[in-house]
Amino acid sequence: MSAATTDPRGASKAAGPPLWLLCELTYRCPLHCVFCYNPTNMPDIGPELDTSTWIRVLHEARALGAVQLGLSGGEPLARDDLEQIVAEAHRLGYYVNLITSGIGLTEERIKALKEAGLDHIQLSFQDSTREVNDFLSSTRTFDLKSKVAALIKRYGYPMVLNVVLHRLNIDHIEEILEMADRLGAEYLELANTQYYGWAWKNRDALLPSREQLTRAEEATNRFRERIGQRMRIYFVVPDYFEKRPKPCMNGLGSIFLTVAPDGVALPCHSARILPGLAFPNVKESSVEEIWYRSDAFNRFRGEDWMKEPCRSCPERTRDFGGCRCQAYLMTGDATNADPVCELSPHHHLVVEAVERAERAVNGAAPVREVPLVFRDHRRRA
Amino acid sequence: MSAISPTAKPKLGRNFRLQWEPAQQAHVLLYPEGVVKLNGSAGAIMSRCDGTRTLGEIVGDLERTYATAGLAADVEAFVALAVERQWLEVDE
Repeated sequence: MSAATTDPRGASKAAGPPLWLLCELTYRCPLHCVFCYNPTNMPDIGPELDTSTWIRVLHEARALGAVQLGLSGGEPLARDDLEQIVAEAHRLGYYVNLITSGIGLTEERIKALKEAGLDHIQLSFQDSTREVNDFLSSTRTFDLKSKVAALIKRYGYPMVLNVVLHRLNIDHIEEILEMADRLGAEYLELANTQYYGWAWKNRDALLPSREQLTRAEEATNRFRERIGQRMRIYFVVPDYFEKRPKPCMNGLGSIFLTVAPDGVALPCHSARILPGLAFPNVKESSVEEIWYRSDAFNRFRGEDWMKEPCRSCPERTRDFGGCRCQAYLMTGDATNADPVCELSPHHHLVVEAVERAERAVNGAAPVREVPLVFRDHRRRA
Repeated sequence: MSAISPTAKPKLGRNFRLQWEPAQQAHVLLYPEGVVKLNGSAGAIMSRCDGTRTLGEIVGDLERTYATAGLAADVEAFVALAVERQWLEVDE
């Protein structure tokens, strides 16, 4: 547990354990969501790890103190060894979360996963209506997802519904809330789109207007008052509308470790885009080496990497300068302040994106005429 | 926050799991995509709430274990807070 301080080659920046392990088991996915954060060059990424390597990763990370495990993708149900991975994770003492579109979650598999020790299923919906759900995911899946939601309840899993919000569905917020309640969700995550990966490509079609956002928040608050404790609702505000950045990942290399389908270890699920970092691979390095000693995980620990205005900012210990990926995507330099911060010299880039969204919403182009790039693991965006 | 009866038998809330984590030297509460790290006294209380012991028995056990007296008010206040947060449940 004290590798950071006892290893003679160790970095001076002491790191705590990687409490959260996210295993992106595959990039394969039957859906084609326009807001997906997965990479836009999936055909260029190497083959998926085999079962025994995933199981070694689980053992090594658990030994370091990882306790929350997310199994996601892509669609993790595309792996036929999912039950085996869940069983081993459960045996090791992880709290095991399956993050799924529900496609492929038959009664047979949901039962087998329960027996394997799966703790919780987070099911995504793209909208409350069949039409928009199916349009946004470029599939016919709404009815199937509703059936899966019923199965999740029947097998006694806590149910978290996740709906990613954006310009094209945010006005359906009341129907989304009703749908979640009808399906018996214990938790509802209304996650405004974060603009990475495919969502970044589609940002100018997805960013809502401030008025849309305000209406949605008000509707959510009214609903919360009406239903009380029955369902916990998390409304994640899109950071473009904030004056300060989110404390992304609690700082890179602080608690969060992602392993991508090809074994590349990342301090956040979209960090693969950051240039100049050689991301280690679990096929070649142990999780301990990766977490405590790799340059990729040490680079953004502490404050040495910061530039002004972050370097001298009293808020740097709270927000860690915001998101490195967002800084890179918008300014071309991952060491800049997250432009969401109004103290950033690049903040105008965020303001301009919001202004474009306002104009687009007021011009109100019909949904089907908005040019969207649909996620596809076989194509580059 | 309503008072909890000394004869109530608190148990872990549905959708929560409690376990000892050596890496954190603490009891943690696990739930969908979340962790609460409990301090020493919260861990000592929560780990005794197994649905078979009454609140009064739990207080007695804690007072014996830590060789002290007069814990009832603090334990009851914590259990009431934990019930409010759904970490614990008591049958009505």
